[in-house]
Order: sequence, then structure tokens, then C-alpha cells
Amino acid sequence: MGKRSVIPFGPQHPVLPEPIHLDLVVEDERVIEAIPSIGFIHRGLEGLVKKKDYNTMTYIVERTCGICSFQHGMGYCETIEHIMDVEVPDRAKLLRTIWAELNRMHSHLLWLGLLADAFGFENLFYQCWRIREKVLDLHELTAGARLIFSVNTIGGVKRDIDEDKQRTILETLSEVEKELKVIEKTFFYDYTVESRLKGVGILSKEKVHELGCVGPFARASGLAVDLRKLEYAGYSKIDFEPITSNDCDSYARCYVRLKELYQSIDIIRQAIAKLPADKTLSTPVKGNPNGEFIMRVEQPRGEAFYYAKANGTPYLDRIRVRTPTFANIAGLCEMLKNTELADVGLLVLTIDPCISCTER
Amino acid sequence: MDETVELKTNDKVRQLSKIEEIPASDLLERCLELKREGLRFSQACAAYYEDKFHLTYTFSNYETLEALSLRVVISPEEEIHSITEFIPAALFYENEMKEIFGVKIKLITNDLDNKLYRINVEAPLGVPQEEKKEEENNG
Repeated sequence: MGKRSVIPFGPQHPVLPEPIHLDLVVEDERVIEAIPSIGFIHRGLEGLVKKKDYNTMTYIVERTCGICSFQHGMGYCETIEHIMDVEVPDRAKLLRTIWAELNRMHSHLLWLGLLADAFGFENLFYQCWRIREKVLDLHELTAGARLIFSVNTIGGVKRDIDEDKQRTILETLSEVEKELKVIEKTFFYDYTVESRLKGVGILSKEKVHELGCVGPFARASGLAVDLRKLEYAGYSKIDFEPITSNDCDSYARCYVRLKELYQSIDIIRQAIAKLPADKTLSTPVKGNPNGEFIMRVEQPRGEAFYYAKANGTPYLDRIRVRTPTFANIAGLCEMLKNTELADVGLLVLTIDPCISCTER
Repeated sequence: MDETVELKTNDKVRQLSKIEEIPASDLLERCLELKREGLRFSQACAAYYEDKFHLTYTFSNYETLEALSLRVVISPEEEIHSITEFIPAALFYENEMKEIFGVKIKLITNDLDNKLYRINVEAPLGVPQEEKKEEENNG
């Protein structure tokens, strides 16, 4: 047995976009145990329910995260819509689907860039983020903002995507698809990428199930769990199957996210083709919610969980947001066991951590 | 549009999400049953209203996407047994309930001792401070 020591990792670290701390118990260069601690950017957003009414909470919940902001807003609005038994117009459902998938694309491209940067492939990093800019431009074109859209409202959405904008989306996505095929070759067939990702950070399907992991992290270990199959928003009208891999390693996580980019493009095309002629964007809502509901949404990083308890007044008793990264931390700690110290930074990144989301 | 249109929201989402209220004494046994049935642990959370803690433990089936939430209602003084011995994924959720709400949970396998979030306020979403003081004054 080698000498054991504890090495602190984070909260500030070159591969970490956001702060998380790990105490790494190492034996020589091998990690034996990883003990996480968070809380560096806890904002107490859930506590604001006592001060902000349920409509204003839409804006608060959207600010849980800058990357999957739209999906947080959508998840919250759908929770309240279920409590109030409000049916959202079909057009609004499909518009939510389009924005949700654009959000997924920008998140996955951001992650692919960060991953490339983490293993020292700067050119690939710039290419990923250059493509991501095109998706952000579509956000701006359709919602008037690049990250936090604020287009969700309880009962539907606030903005429409007219035919000109639909055409621009389709043209841009065709360009993005072509460019993805170029970077895909590097991610899938480059020797240096393979050597850093293949067989690294293996987490079995059984462990992923036991530890409650979600999203691409779970799908890369063969667990075909994709909450879009719940058919919230407009997904009941969309034909798609979850993308999985049975390799269970970091390479598989990269594969799943890359393939999901193509899937998102396909979903957006289907949603635009199915937009109804009726341009009603929202159902007016009167009164205050009373009751409780649990809603689940598939965010770019996996299953997000929303629980709201309302009491008939404008102020909710409780809003709970369980983000996908929170669910994946247990899997991360398990995955880090028995890995090389040099791989830790890369492995933390492979769960696509969003610590602002996690701490709320 | 002038009038509120009331229609049923997405039935599939509603049908696949259920809440089952159980006594605190049955929690461990019920969690084990669900684990044996092949359901995976999704989340646990607490809420404080009507002078009680309402704890929710959600399990889901990844194939059918059904989610069953076990609801346990306890008073703030009551202590509840941890489920982490059998369900390791519950570790951070139980530590969160303990730190943010002040729920008394015994035998958490890795009790982080209120250092998960590193906040200075004790149980910020738990029993309001005024109620705590009142209880202390009443003895």
C-alpha cells in the first residue's frame, strides 16, 4: 500500500468554469476517494417564494442557471400550469420545444468546447464555440436575448416565431449541421482525443442506476432515460428515440452529446413543420394556484425536478428545483475512485457540471 | 382573448406522477420495497408549512418514466431515520434537508454536519425564527 494523502481540488481550478471543491484521498497518484463540498455560490433562490408572487417566480427560477435558463422557466411554468389545470395552446407548446432544443444545442456545444480545452485541443475548443455563436444568434433573433430569454409565462409563451424567422432557423441549422460533421471527425477519430477519453472514468449501468444519475451521463452508460418521452411541451408530436452508448466511459459521454446535437436539429425541424396556423400563444390565467405538483423536464444535463406547493394565495409555500448536476455528484464521486489524479479535471468536466444550478 | 379557457393539461405527465402518503415508521421498509421492485431513487426534498415538515422521497422507473413520491409528514421535533444505508444516492438530499430545513435525520452514512452549503444562517427554510423563540419561551 502506498502513502495516502489528501489533495484539495477546486473550488478554483483551470478546468472548472464554476466552483466545486473535492477532497481527493490519493494513494501515490491514484484516487481512492473523493469527498465533495459545494456552497460557494448558494443564492437561496428557493427561499424567495416567501417574498415574490408565483408570476414573478418565473423570472427568479429562470435565473437558476444561465445555460439552461429557458428550460428552468419552462419547467416551473408547466408545474404551475398543472396545478391550475391550464392547457397551453399547441403553438406555444411547439415554440417551447424549439427554444428548449436550441438551449440544448448551445449547452452541448459549450460543453464540447470546454472538454476540448480541458484536454488541450484549443483549436477544437474555438471551433465548437464558433458554431455555438450561431445558435446564440438564433436565441437573439427569436427571443431578443442570448441567454436568459424570459419568453415563458404561465399559460404559454410571450413571443412568436414568424415564418421569416423560421426560415432563418432552418438555414442556420443546415449550416450548423455541416460544420458539426467536420468537428465530429476530430472528436471521433483523432488519436489524441481518443487517448484522453477512451476507457477513462468508467461507470457501469448498474452503478448509474443505483446512484440515480441522469441525462447524457446516464445514457452514456446504457440507461435509456430521457424525460422528453414524458411528452411535456410539444414532445408528444415529435418522433425521436433516446441516444445511448454502452461504453460507459468519457468517450461515450462525448459521443452521446454530439449525437444529441443532430437529434436537436431534427426535433427543431419537426417542430417547425408542425407549428399550427392558430397563432394563439397563451391561455389567460386567472386566480391563484392551490395544490401541489411534481414536474420533470429533460434539460441538457439531464432530468430536472420541480416541485411546487401552492396555497391559494399569490405566494407559494414551497418551490423546489432539483437540478441534474445535483443528481450526478454521487456518480461523479464513484467514477473518480481508482482513477489517475491527472484525469480528475477531465472527469469532473464529463458530467457537465453546473454548480450555479446545483446550489440555487 | 377575454375568457380563461380551462382544459386538461398533458395527461401523460399527470398520470405518471403519483404521491403516496405514508407514516414515518414505514419509510425505510417502503423505500426498500421500491428499490427491490427496480425503481431508482430520483430525489428527496422537504417543505415546511402548516407547522409540519412535509418530506418527499421520489422513486422512478426509467423505462416507463413513472414517478412515485413517498410523502412523510412529521413535526419539527420528530426525528426520522436516514435511508442512506440502503440508498446511497440519498446522501446529498438528506444532508440538504438537514442543513436548509433543520429536519432531524439520524444515522446518515456520511453526515456532512451542516457543511454542504456553508451558509451562516441555521435552517433558513425551516421553522421560522419567531416560532422557534415562541416554543422556547413556552418551555
